[in-house]
Amino acid sequence: MRQISLRLNGVARTVEIEDQVLLVELVRSLGLTGTKVSCDTEVCGACTVLLDGRPVSACTTLALEADGRSVLTIEGLAKANQLHPLQQAFIDNFAFQCGFCTPGMILAAKALLDERPSPTAEEVRRWMEGNICRCTGYQSIVDAVLDAAGRRP
Amino acid sequence: MLRRFEVHRATSVEEAVDLRVRYGDDAAVYAGGTELLLAMKLGIARWAHLIDVKPIRELSRVAVARDTVRIGATVTHWDLERHPDVTRVLPALARLEASVANVRVRAAGTLAGNIAFAEPHADPPALLVALGARVVARGRRGERTLPLEEFVTGMYQTALGGDEILTAVEVPVPAPDARAAYVKFQVLERPSVGVAIVAKVNGASFAGPPAVVVGAVDELPRRVDTAALAGASLADARVADALAASARAAVSPVADLAGSEEYKRHLVGVFARRALTALAAG
Ligand SMILES: Cc1cc2nc3c(=O)[nH]c(=O)nc-3n(C[C@H](O)[C@H](O)[C@H](O)COP(=O)(O)OP(=O)(O)OC[C@H]3O[C@@H](n4cnc5c(N)ncnc54)[C@H](O)[C@@H]3O)c2cc1C
Ligand code: FES
Ligand code: FES
Repeated sequence: MRQISLRLNGVARTVEIEDQVLLVELVRSLGLTGTKVSCDTEVCGACTVLLDGRPVSACTTLALEADGRSVLTIEGLAKANQLHPLQQAFIDNFAFQCGFCTPGMILAAKALLDERPSPTAEEVRRWMEGNICRCTGYQSIVDAVLDAAGRRP
Repeated sequence: MLRRFEVHRATSVEEAVDLRVRYGDDAAVYAGGTELLLAMKLGIARWAHLIDVKPIRELSRVAVARDTVRIGATVTHWDLERHPDVTRVLPALARLEASVANVRVRAAGTLAGNIAFAEPHADPPALLVALGARVVARGRRGERTLPLEEFVTGMYQTALGGDEILTAVEVPVPAPDARAAYVKFQVLERPSVGVAIVAKVNGASFAGPPAVVVGAVDELPRRVDTAALAGASLADARVADALAASARAAVSPVADLAGSEEYKRHLVGVFARRALTALAAG
């Protein structure tokens, strides 16, 4: 067993894990089931979380990589009852149907907007090309990200 | 779900080398894990010990000297596409890095890991070979530097010794009158074909033969014979024809999900022309 300390959605946590435990297994075991697993091979983005602000595939990242770092999952975005602008924009633009891809989409988009607050539609498409949606279609997702970029505080 | 293993976080190259010697075939070097963990999850490979090289501080740096850009072994694709010195001195490499895989694989995957895995369907090797890149490896008997072309010996095969780790990739700073371009075609997660061209250009003509390397279709990156193009004009249609023919002749494509041998050979010709067009454009 190995002890790791991380900031998980802003809260300091110390947990004991075995080395082979994946980051997605850790966060889901802590009740944060917003992070999904679909392809399990780094292709679809359903498992996207931010590790020190960078998007990673939690399905293929060891949990021990989070030691001394901060992890943001979809549960960490809203403040009290106030949705994050990206979450609100996804609702307003009908950017999800089943919602399975949505946590990963929103976190990937957050990483983009943190680095480039006013991206073009083309930049959004390129950045999000590794996040796959099987039901909504991508136009409304791109619209939502651009909309959120416009509303940011 | 992964089967049980132990991760050893090395904090110096010496420690990593000692761990390789101690655990031998039971251990693998672990960097971003984008290939390694996937192979382990799919059951293609199994190791009881992973030697994590990311905590080794000296491997995380990009250093630009007068004639060489030295890229530490744990520098990621993400780092390279943004690095101010790389975008300035090696803009074609920075652009290539921004087109590797997806944003998550770029954020975790390292350039050295890409090279050490020697998966033929890769982007950086073609351009790096054309740029004359070298790799630096350190083992029990010290450090050695060898051309990337000699390091990669086959599909998933390299000249890395059982006690060695890669410490850096060194890229010569291109001459002021040199230009470089990389173009690729991709339908799945990885490139079907990539063509790199590096050339000194004098006015609108090649000063000497351009370095042209085809990646992803064959077992290894393949150099194209361009001796006949020395001094030729970039805009001459016959030059594009000659380059395309020479590029097709340089490869023995491996048929796979990305296409048949015939189709890939055709693509190589098309993308050799496009590489020339990209070079001529800037
Ligand atoms: C979905 C997906 C899409 C991809 N698309 C592309 C693409 O479009 N183009 C492309 O070029 N590549 C692509 N890749 C490959 C990607 O570039 C590599 O996965 C990544 O760069 C490998 O680096 P890593 O640090 O993750 O290596 P790891 O997975 O950690 O290691 C890979 C191999 O290298 C060895 N190794 C790593 N570091 C060292 C070292 N310092 N010394 C000695 N040995 C070492 C390991 O032992 C292992 O054998 C893709 C991968 C995935 C999963
Ligand atoms: S589940 Fe991780 S990328 Fe698809
Ligand atoms: S909303 Fe169903 S997969 Fe995207």
